[in-house]
Amino acid sequence: MTQLALVIDLNTCVGCHACVTSCKEWNTSGEAGPMVDRNPYAKSCLHCEDPPCVPVCPTGASYKRPEDGIVLVDYDKCIGCEYCSWACPYGAREIDEQQKVMKKCTLCVDRIYDETLPEAERKPVCVLSCPTSARIYGDIHDPESEASRAINESAGYQLMPEWSTNPANHYLPRRKVKITVHEEDLQRADNPLRKEDRGPRAPTSRTTLDDSTSW
Amino acid sequence: MAANPARQREVKSTTCYMCACRCGINVTVEDGEVRFIQGNPEHPINKGVLCAKGASGIMKQYSPARLTKPLRRKPGAERGRSEFEEISWEEALTTISERLHHIRETDPKKFALYTGRDQMQALTGLFAKQFGTPNYAAHGGFCSVNMAAGLIYTIGGSFWEFGGPDLDRSRLFIMLGTAEDHHSNPMKIALAKFKRNGGKFIAVNPVRSGYAAIADEWVPIKPGTDGALLLAIIHEIIAQGLYDREFLMRYTNSPDLVNVDLESDEFGLFLRSEIEVEETCIEPANKMWWDREREQAVHAHAEDTDPRLLGEFELEDGARVKPAFQLLKERVADYTPEWAAGITGIDAETIRRLAHEMGITARDEKIELPFPWTDAWGKEHESITGNPVSFHAMRGLAAHSNGFQTIRALGILMTILGTIDRPGGFRHKAPFPRPIPPCAKPPNDPEAIQPGAPLEGMPLGFPAAPEDLFVDEQGEPVRLDKGFSWEYPLSVHGLMHNAITNAWRGDPYPIDTLLLFMANMAWNSSMNTERVREMLVDKNDDGEYKIPFLVVCDAYHSETIAFADIVLPDTSYLERYDAMSMLDRPISEFEGPVDSVRVPVVPPKGECRPFQDVLVELATRLKLPRFLNLDGSRKFRDYKDLVINYETEPGSGIGFLAGWRGKGGEKFMRGEPNPNQWEMYAKNNCVYQHELPKSYQYMRNWNRGYLHWAQDHGLIRYTDPVNLHLYSEVLQRFRLAAEGKRPGRQPPDYLRERVRTHFDPLPFYAEPLETQAIDKNKYPLNAITQRPMAMYHSWDSQNAWLRQIHAHNYLFLSPQVGAQNGFDDGDWIWVESEHGRVRCMCRFSEAVEPGTVWTWNAIGKAAGAWGLDKQANESQKGFLLNHLISEEIPSGQGDYRFSNSDPVTGQAAWYDVRVRVYKADDDEPKQTSPQFPTQPRVPGMEPARGRWQSFVRGLGK
Repeated sequence: MTQLALVIDLNTCVGCHACVTSCKEWNTSGEAGPMVDRNPYAKSCLHCEDPPCVPVCPTGASYKRPEDGIVLVDYDKCIGCEYCSWACPYGAREIDEQQKVMKKCTLCVDRIYDETLPEAERKPVCVLSCPTSARIYGDIHDPESEASRAINESAGYQLMPEWSTNPANHYLPRRKVKITVHEEDLQRADNPLRKEDRGPRAPTSRTTLDDSTSW
Repeated sequence: MAANPARQREVKSTTCYMCACRCGINVTVEDGEVRFIQGNPEHPINKGVLCAKGASGIMKQYSPARLTKPLRRKPGAERGRSEFEEISWEEALTTISERLHHIRETDPKKFALYTGRDQMQALTGLFAKQFGTPNYAAHGGFCSVNMAAGLIYTIGGSFWEFGGPDLDRSRLFIMLGTAEDHHSNPMKIALAKFKRNGGKFIAVNPVRSGYAAIADEWVPIKPGTDGALLLAIIHEIIAQGLYDREFLMRYTNSPDLVNVDLESDEFGLFLRSEIEVEETCIEPANKMWWDREREQAVHAHAEDTDPRLLGEFELEDGARVKPAFQLLKERVADYTPEWAAGITGIDAETIRRLAHEMGITARDEKIELPFPWTDAWGKEHESITGNPVSFHAMRGLAAHSNGFQTIRALGILMTILGTIDRPGGFRHKAPFPRPIPPCAKPPNDPEAIQPGAPLEGMPLGFPAAPEDLFVDEQGEPVRLDKGFSWEYPLSVHGLMHNAITNAWRGDPYPIDTLLLFMANMAWNSSMNTERVREMLVDKNDDGEYKIPFLVVCDAYHSETIAFADIVLPDTSYLERYDAMSMLDRPISEFEGPVDSVRVPVVPPKGECRPFQDVLVELATRLKLPRFLNLDGSRKFRDYKDLVINYETEPGSGIGFLAGWRGKGGEKFMRGEPNPNQWEMYAKNNCVYQHELPKSYQYMRNWNRGYLHWAQDHGLIRYTDPVNLHLYSEVLQRFRLAAEGKRPGRQPPDYLRERVRTHFDPLPFYAEPLETQAIDKNKYPLNAITQRPMAMYHSWDSQNAWLRQIHAHNYLFLSPQVGAQNGFDDGDWIWVESEHGRVRCMCRFSEAVEPGTVWTWNAIGKAAGAWGLDKQANESQKGFLLNHLISEEIPSGQGDYRFSNSDPVTGQAAWYDVRVRVYKADDDEPKQTSPQFPTQPRVPGMEPARGRWQSFVRGLGK
């Protein structure tokens, strides 16, 4: 079964907010129901495999799509009771004060299947815009996907696993690079300073074995 | 986009302008309205990505701060009160051109044109020159001219547009004094790749902000002390023999022998051979080396000669000489890591380790690329090699009064590591490398200014000797901003930050008309903001304003608009033609020249007109020669027409754009104008890219193939090698003049010591001038700003989405500073310099070295400006550090004051300011101070918007 998700690489994310405003740009006028444009910015949904926001919904508006694992809200069914936002431990949901329905990250569901877009652009807009390619998108149930490989190879982790939500989104940790300098690295036969030595050294004035031994 | 057939949808390529980075964008226009802006995947700069600013372009396009009509200050209204009336363009243009015509026919220098980061200096510079005024510059003097000049005078290129770190192949990358750079997306793309390739990234900065977030090591440093750090690293690298001897010998002036006879008038100049040399702007190849085998001076670069880099030698006539590298070694002898530790706050062990990491990585991880090349002396090389250590630096080094010499030290460190234009190190971008210094020179005689005639020479250039200074017979400045005078001899970008103060004071002379384009001089672009605002409204005894006529062109309702006599509404970047021109600062890549254009994707709003068209129109009305045909008729319809038809000289084949030249677009770089050039750019993602053969992509300072190619294609006049100036004879010429040892021009007596001190041919460390002048115990802290990644100076203050990220700023400081001064995180505090004080909120942060306080640049706004509500956070909680910074410092000569700038380049010393902090009284207002009268909206602006902006669609109508 497919589970689409984002894998965010904290080793390269510089916190530039490109994902944030590109999300705003796409979704404030999106076909899938505009996101609320209010402070603060909408947060990325983690598209939990076991989403606590779904069972608490009294009308069935909050649902997880079986075909791709995206968690969505059916605005026609939503009554704006906000139970789901209470249930979500990640703060990923916001009430739209104008339309009185719950809004959330759709993983750009109105882009990723849009065949009028070039194939390379059928991705969430936050992924496309990211200047440090810190947002990797794919099916984490497909072990060959770039997202799965990133999780496996770089010790991807989930946020707050103790809540048993099994979030689909993962984070890749910082990886620190160090350079080790060994003492010997500073002692080299080809040290250019040796090139500047000028001829034999002056004789020493102290006695040497050479002066006192005769055989 | 889920297709809705009812909507008319079109995607157009153009170039972003939400900052100066110049990424390619694809703009979706739906029913005539901008719907979506995304990065262009086929663009070499951003390869499809886009930053927070770029993706918010819609909110700039439909900003309520847009100006839409030409305005005139109402008759009888006081300047600065924003009392305007609408006028027609014809009236505006007639008023301006009549006034300018009179100035041009009488005293052209009474017209001054200063512009912000406009990306059209090819046109603005041409206009100023043709008008005949020297009083022209863009914003470089208060931005990063030290970075440009310091490196161009050392390695023949610099960072950003001029060159940068080759992070594809680098193993160790050191970033100094940079938060978010102009070269924003390319830097982020490259950093991510570099990190994934396992390179080590070291950030040297008082603050761990911006890219330092992902640095493997953060080295906190006290502001203004980078020079000490760099010199100590050079000391250690030389002491350990970690320098690249082969590189220094062949490609730098390290082995060149310098006259060290103190009594000689030639002291500090290179020993020259007797060979005849042609007088050109290139330094002649007549220097001497000390041959280690023959123990005698020989011609530099003589076949099979191995020169000494160290030692002192006696010539046959008894004269003493030393190789330049020996002088560097002597210079840094006392700059030990222990010495630097006390200055920088970085312990000596760390400094030593940094030097070892750099030197060993450079030496042991050599790169070899299989590209044969021939050097300028004819020697053939089987491959290109490189040392994978790279650097990047920006305003943190530049914006200090000791910045030029600090950046010289950085250039020298990069040089001794053998990393210039080599894989893994620093690489140039066309048209760099250029000669050291480049050939263009400013005028050097007041007679260059004549009524009714163009200026002789270019307004800006690169002096190589005192003879190139723009001074009168007494040695006094000719330019309004005193650029290219003995006060700031190498001010290659001018000193825009002193133009208003100087004009107000009438020193060196009063002017009549000041035209400002896209520069917020009544707010964040001026030091001493409060006083500059007063100067703009100050009057003579006769009731006339001291700056009689002020024309401001901007697309937005900036603080400066309020002070205009005439306001000209510019277009947005989505509404006009632009050229990222080879004649200005193109977007070249390491692999070869690249330039690009903007084309309109929507029509101009209201009566907005592109500033370029306005300049072309004014130039034509003023009958400036290059804007007329030989018969005196109009030559260029508008800017669009000028871009494709203008040539630097009639028939030169060099124009604004390099791509698709020649009648049918079959030529590049050089070729006759192509009537369809715009269409060809538009069809090709608005960008032209030429990739050089691999063997021409490196070692370009000395690469015969490249140099010949560059000459053939009009980039350079001379094919002589550009050897790196480890030792700067250019600086020594100015020093000798100051010491009275050089025939020809000498500085006025009161400037001799200043020139002698700062024109040191080798880098040195001295405290910034302000630090030397004030009581450091009273003002124990350094105050600096950083640029956030989601805001470009004040441009984005009207942008609804970016305001949601930064609408006010805090003073960030170490918790220790709070504890010492008795206030808590979040308290209202005063921050005070010798010059002024500001009330603001503080935030504790562990990501700042304890001797530094900092804030985001240009978030604070004057109440009501930028179309914001008078109660907006920007004015009530946001603040500007500029109020603490003086644009001038005492000269030690009575009341006379110098610019608060680097004495070599005139670079504004923003980051020299020292402050103290203390808690605000509990009964003080919870509001930033100073406050200014609310700036009203002006005619033509939309009514203020409400809180909700949910639907972008529909706003543009």
